[in-house]
Order: sequence, then structure tokens, then C-alpha cells
Amino acid sequence: MTSTTTDATASIPPPAPEPGGDVPVLDVDPFSPEVLLDPLPMQHELRETGPLAYLSRYGVYAMGRYADVHAALTNWQGFISSAGVGVSDFRREPPWRPPSLLLEADPPHHDAPRAVLTSILSARALRRLRDRWLEDAREVVAAALARGGDLDGVADLAEVFPLRVFPDAVGLGPDGREHLIPYGSFAFNAFGPRNDLLTSAERDIGPTIAWIGEQCRRENLAPGGFGAQIWAASDRGDITPEQAPLVVRSLLTAGVDTTVNGLAACLHAFATHPDQYARLRAEPALARVAFDEAVRWESPVQTFFRTAEVDIDVSGFRVPADRKILMFLGSANRDPRRWQASDAFDLGRDPSGHVGFGMGLHQCAGQHVARLEAEALFTALAERVERVELVGEPTRKPNNTLRTWQQLPIRLVPTG
Amino acid sequence: MSETGRTLVVADKRLVAAGVAAIELRDPDGARLPDWTPGSHIDLVLPDGVVRQYSLCGDRRDAHVYRIAVLREVAGRGGSAQVHDRLVVSDRVGLGGPRNAFRLAPAARYLFVAGGIGITPILPMIDAAERLGAQWQLLYGGRSRASMAFLDDLSRYGDRVVVHPVDEAGLLPLDAHLGEPAPDRKVHVCGPGPLLDAVHARCAGWPAGSLRTERFVAAEVDATNDRAFDVELASSGRTVPVGPGIPVVDALRAAGVSVLTSCRRGLCGTCEVDVLDGVPDHRDSLLDDEERRSGRSMFVCVSRSRTPRLVLDL
Ligand SMILES: Cc1cc2nc3c(=O)[nH]c(=O)nc-3n(C[C@H](O)[C@H](O)[C@H](O)COP(=O)(O)OP(=O)(O)OC[C@H]3O[C@@H](n4cnc5c(N)ncnc54)[C@H](O)[C@@H]3O)c2cc1C
Ligand code: HEM
Repeated sequence: MTSTTTDATASIPPPAPEPGGDVPVLDVDPFSPEVLLDPLPMQHELRETGPLAYLSRYGVYAMGRYADVHAALTNWQGFISSAGVGVSDFRREPPWRPPSLLLEADPPHHDAPRAVLTSILSARALRRLRDRWLEDAREVVAAALARGGDLDGVADLAEVFPLRVFPDAVGLGPDGREHLIPYGSFAFNAFGPRNDLLTSAERDIGPTIAWIGEQCRRENLAPGGFGAQIWAASDRGDITPEQAPLVVRSLLTAGVDTTVNGLAACLHAFATHPDQYARLRAEPALARVAFDEAVRWESPVQTFFRTAEVDIDVSGFRVPADRKILMFLGSANRDPRRWQASDAFDLGRDPSGHVGFGMGLHQCAGQHVARLEAEALFTALAERVERVELVGEPTRKPNNTLRTWQQLPIRLVPTG
Repeated sequence: MSETGRTLVVADKRLVAAGVAAIELRDPDGARLPDWTPGSHIDLVLPDGVVRQYSLCGDRRDAHVYRIAVLREVAGRGGSAQVHDRLVVSDRVGLGGPRNAFRLAPAARYLFVAGGIGITPILPMIDAAERLGAQWQLLYGGRSRASMAFLDDLSRYGDRVVVHPVDEAGLLPLDAHLGEPAPDRKVHVCGPGPLLDAVHARCAGWPAGSLRTERFVAAEVDATNDRAFDVELASSGRTVPVGPGIPVVDALRAAGVSVLTSCRRGLCGTCEVDVLDGVPDHRDSLLDDEERRSGRSMFVCVSRSRTPRLVLDL
């Protein structure tokens, strides 16, 4: 293949104008406001079009069926992350920040940071937080109930709770925590194209980026927290002192907005499926299943890209080397080929194996943190709240990667 | 059983040095095998239920095959002899792990020291060091050239590999090569006890983490194979029978008890359950040796029981 560019990246060809072979072409824009607000029809079209499609607007390939998304997520050898997991190819365009040592790295670079984070965020290591988080959750629910009337499920529950427990667990200081959500939103918008969502968020983000950078320094992280433990790993030589702040940064990027929207998705599901909430009330141990089912059903992280390392076969269709592939986690999690009554939010199903946290080498390093937060909040909710009722029209906040609620007007009906 | 990747088939077996057999293992259905990192080992469950640990020494970029190399241990209890004398192509073996207690620590410069069969975990480390663009040197000792595996593979690295057979050159010149510790330099050593003892003595007082070693110590317990056992649920006192080859999580689910799983390969940690009584037979990639010995929790997607009854906190 010839190339017309003459710079150092000349060996990497620009995106092909047309796909090779007989890959179906779709003219949809998955990052348009309409699709971001309601992605399900587009995802249905993508799945029914075939295992692989070519999105002509962006010159990228896309997959939406569970089997193919699952296979791509686990095949790190063929579908690499180091060229970025957004639409932009880091080998052609410089990323907006130094790449993540986890999300945007391949083995062997990925190995050491991942091992450190996996052990710090293991379910076993988190157990010491369980009782405290449940107490915190009870207070958050009590405070919400004490207000008596209607509330915003996003601001008053889904945000308040993670913002109360997670920054403390990381070891952040008290000031500036309001930067966390805008930073996460920005980072997740930045995986998409340079549309209005990204450019408008870009204007004010400078101070937020600077604040995040400051928090990753050793002296700004309280002893005992995840951040200090990451630095302690660098004292043992398990990662280098240069890597430590970037590993901390990965928690601050990926840890807040994702969880907020996972919790909000679950609350929304409870409000719109009173029968399912009644099951949780009857059997509070279902809190974990309920949250994972909500992560499957709503897929707070909707999409991630990979880049083909070599020509790769996807169920009989070819992705040429160096092309970007958009994996629709949200679509895979609703694929009727994998899930019975895939659109139903159902606490009776086994949501195990959903790809809402990804799968394989890059599978969410913070999944046990998210699950523990959810277990605490929904256990506390089920203790005190008889019903969650929707009292107004919920609104979305579009994001290039996340499926988010802006506002969730609900009423908590206390138990007898 | 192959659904969870816990049974492998011997796809190739050949002698690669005097007393050293290299074995290739694949999934019977051709599925991907669990990912691993340099320094990892697997539990190999031999057809008669004997379990031994072997370091993965192949190419991790090929997700469909594991390579191990087994030295015949004359003074042993017979695990390695069984591999040499009885295991043949198309035999089935059980898999635990992979687990890693000997990780490659990030550094700009590496010294690798291998004694005899201790070369196995070092091979993938060398591949990683190459890909990371790090400087490295290997000091490789053994009784004689004929007993030292993988010399051919290593010859392409030229003088970065120092081959040092005892019968030609005496013991490894550790002192000269170990040198002084430096922040950007890490030393990884694997080999027989006396070699490791000498290295530890020579490097006493080095900064934490600058020296990493692995001992191929004999495992203390022999394992169970896939026999049936009972799981008791602590909250209700109910007993759920687990048949041979049936994952615990499936037996639980069939009995109406749902435990969330995700990877089903003992890698992600989602299905961890506390063990209140009984001794689990761990097959996961997550617990370290101490956590395994404590037996306080297990991953019910892959792990089983050594005792006829396990009481789980469910
Ligand atoms: C992490 C790890 C990785 C390993 N990787 C490899 C590898 O890549 N290649 C390889 O060939 N081997 C490897 N081994 C060693 C391997 O697991 C077996 O120990 C070896 O194959 C010998 O098995 P065996 O049954 O023949 O002998 P064993 O019975 O296991 O005997 C091995 C040695 O231990 C002594 N011994 C026996 N029983 C005991 C006991 N109860 N307590 C103390 N000492 C005892 C024996 O005298 C003999 O010297 C590894 C071991 C570990 C722990
Ligand atoms: C409901 C909440 C969450 C969801 C839906 C979610 C989703 C995901 C997904 C889909 C990936 C895979 C990315 C890929 O394959 O390229 C991922 C990776 C990651 N997540 Fe999460 N996440 C959540 C919460 C968290 C939390 C709380 C943390 C931190 C404590 C976190 C930290 C990370 C990190 C560090 C990675 C990168 C892992 C790697 O590349 O090895 N996430 N997450």
C-alpha cells in the first residue's frame, strides 16, 4: 500500500475510503446527538446488518453482536489498544494527554501497572471498606428520605454516594473534588470524534486537567488509600516512580463518572420496573445481581475502539490491518443471539458474562469497586425504601462514550 | 469441561535437552487459553490426579498453545517421571492458573540468571525485555551443554547470553555479573536452591525489589481430581451436591443460588466466595500462595474441593 504522507508516521496508511471485500457499509453517525440520546435503534440496525460493518462517515469498522465483540475484546494480540481506544489513531494524531498505562497500552507495557492495580482493587482487598461504605450508604439514603419530597436520583443519590466514598478511598484531599465528574466526562467524550460535545467541553477543561495532575502526586495522597498503595508499589519496584502518577490518574479518569452512571442506570431501572425492585426488597442479596443486570441493560460505557494489528477475520469478514474497529458493548449486551428477552431488565436472569465492564486483558480494573459501591447503596435503599417512583421525565446528558442521565426525578417511598 | 478451559490436551512432546521434555498443551476444542504474563506457571493435573507446577516458557502472543519444559527429577515422588515416561500426545491433563509469583519488574536494564531448568520462566521475560526496548543480559548455567534446554533459541541473541556449563567453565561467575544495585536495574533469578542461596547472600542489603527470584519448590499437597463433593450453604444449611467435572457455580445455579461470574476462568475475581469449612482446591489465577494456604475464600467458577464437604458463606 502506498502513502502520500512524508512524516515519521508515513508507514501507516491513512484510512481507506472504502472497505475491502463485501463488508456492508452503513451511513449512520453513532456520535450524533440523536443516536447518543437513543442508541438502541442504531444498534439494532448494526446487529442485523451483519457481524461487521463499515461506518463510512468515520472510515472505521464496527461490530455489535455479542460473539464478535466478546471475541475482539479478548483478542488483545489482534485488536490492540496502544493506538488509542477512541476514534483517533495515536500513531497519526497526538493524544490529548499522555496515554493511559492501562487502557491505552498493550502487553508487555500493560503488565506491571495492571498487576499492581488488580491487587490493590481486588475484591479481597476491598473487603475492609465494606462495612464503612454500607454505613455511608445508609446515611445517604437517610438524608435523601429526610428531605421528604421528590429528589433528583442523579444528584442526590447516584453522584452523592460515589463522591462521598471513592475520593476518600483513593486518598484525595477535601478540596477540588468537583473536578472529578467533569474530568471523567471530558475523557469519555474525547474517545469520540471532534464534535460539539468535545469542543465545547474543551474550552474550560484546562484547570480541571491541572487539578487532576496535582492529585496524582505522592504528597497529595493520604496514607492507606489506593493512591498511596500505588506509590508504595513503586517503592517495591513493582512499577516505576514515573508510572505511579499515571496509574493513579487512571482511577481518577475511569472511577467516578462510570460508577455514577451505573448507579443512575440501576435507579432508573428500579423506578421503571417496580416488580423488579420488589424482588430486591424481598431478597436484598440480589443487590449485586441487580447492579450487574443494570450494567448489562444500560451499558454505562457504550463503546470502545481497537486497532487491527494485522488483517483480521471477523465472522467471515475482513478488517484490514491498521484500521480502527468500534466495538458496541451496549449492543452486545442487548444482542438477542446471546440474551433471552434482551431488552428486559430482569433480576431473575444471570447477567454473568456481559461485556459492560469489558472482557479479557483490559476488563475493568475497578469493577469490584463499582460493585461494592452499588451493593452498599442498593442494600441501604432496600432497607428503607418501599418503592422508587418516577415523578417526572428523566433527561439524558449526551456523551460520546457514556450513556448517562442528567436528571432522574424520583420519589422514595419509605417502608411502612 | 473444556467449556471453562480447565482440560487441556497434549499436542506435542519432545526431548529438548538431556532429561528435559518440552510439552505443548492446547484446548481440546481449539479455544483460546487464559492469558498470562512472563514468570507465570500453571498447575498441571496429571491423569492420575498428581499436581505439579510448571512455568510457561512459550510465546504468550499465541493464545492457543502453552509450552512447558519438564526436567526429570530422579529423587522425586514421580510427577516429572510420569510426564517423561507416560504422558503422550493426545492425553488430557487438568489446568490450574496460570498464576504469577515471579513478575518481571519494570526496569531499563535487566540481568537474568538461570540455573538448569530455571531457564523456563526467564525465556518469556527475555521476549518482554526485547519488546520493552530494555537492555538485558542472561547468565545461564547448567551441568553441561547437553543438559541445558533452549540453547538454540537463545543463540540468536549473541553475546547478550552468557552460557556457562559447569563441566566446561565451573560455577556461575555471580560476583562479576551481579555487580552493584541501581534504581533502573533489576535482577531476576531462577534455578536450584544453592544458586538462589548464593545470589541472596551476595545481594544482601540491596534495595527492596531490585532482586526477584523463584524457587521450584516441591508442592506440599497432592491434589484431587474431578471427584464429586458437597457444598453446604451456611445461611440455610442446605447441601448442594457437585458432580465430577461440574463447576461449583453451575451446581449452585441449578440449585437456585446465583453467584455472579464474569470471565469464568478464574481471572477476574468476580465470583469469590468465603469458605467457612473444608479445604478448597484452588484453580484460579488470583490468590497468592499464602492466600491459597489460608483457604478462606475461593473462586467458584473454577476451583473445587479437597474435602468431601465445603461450607460456603452463601
Ligand atoms: C512455581 C514453580 C514453577 C516450576 N516450574 C518448573 C519448570 O518449569 N520445569 C520443571 O521441570 N519443574 C518446575 N517446577 C518443579 C515441578 O513442579 C516439580 O516439583 C518437579 O517436576 C519435580 O516433580 P517430581 O514429582 O518428579 O518430584 P518432587 O516429588 O516434586 O520432588 C522434587 C524435589 O523435591 C524433593 N521433595 C520431594 N518431596 C518433598 C517434600 N515434601 N518437601 C520437600 N522436598 C521434597 C525431592 O527430593 C526432589 O529433590 C516448578 C515448581 C514451582 C513451585
Ligand atoms: C459501572 C462502573 C464502570 C464501568 C461500566 C466500567 C467500564 C469499563 C470498561 C468497559 C473497561 C474496558 C476498557 C477496554 O476494554 O478498553 C474498563 C476499564 C477500566 N476501568 Fe472501568 N468501569 C467502571 C468503573 C470503574 C471504576 C470504579 C474504576 C476505578 C476504581 C475503573 C477503572 C478502570 C481502569 C483502570 C480500566 C483500564 C483497565 C485496563 O485497560 O487494563 N472503572 N472499565
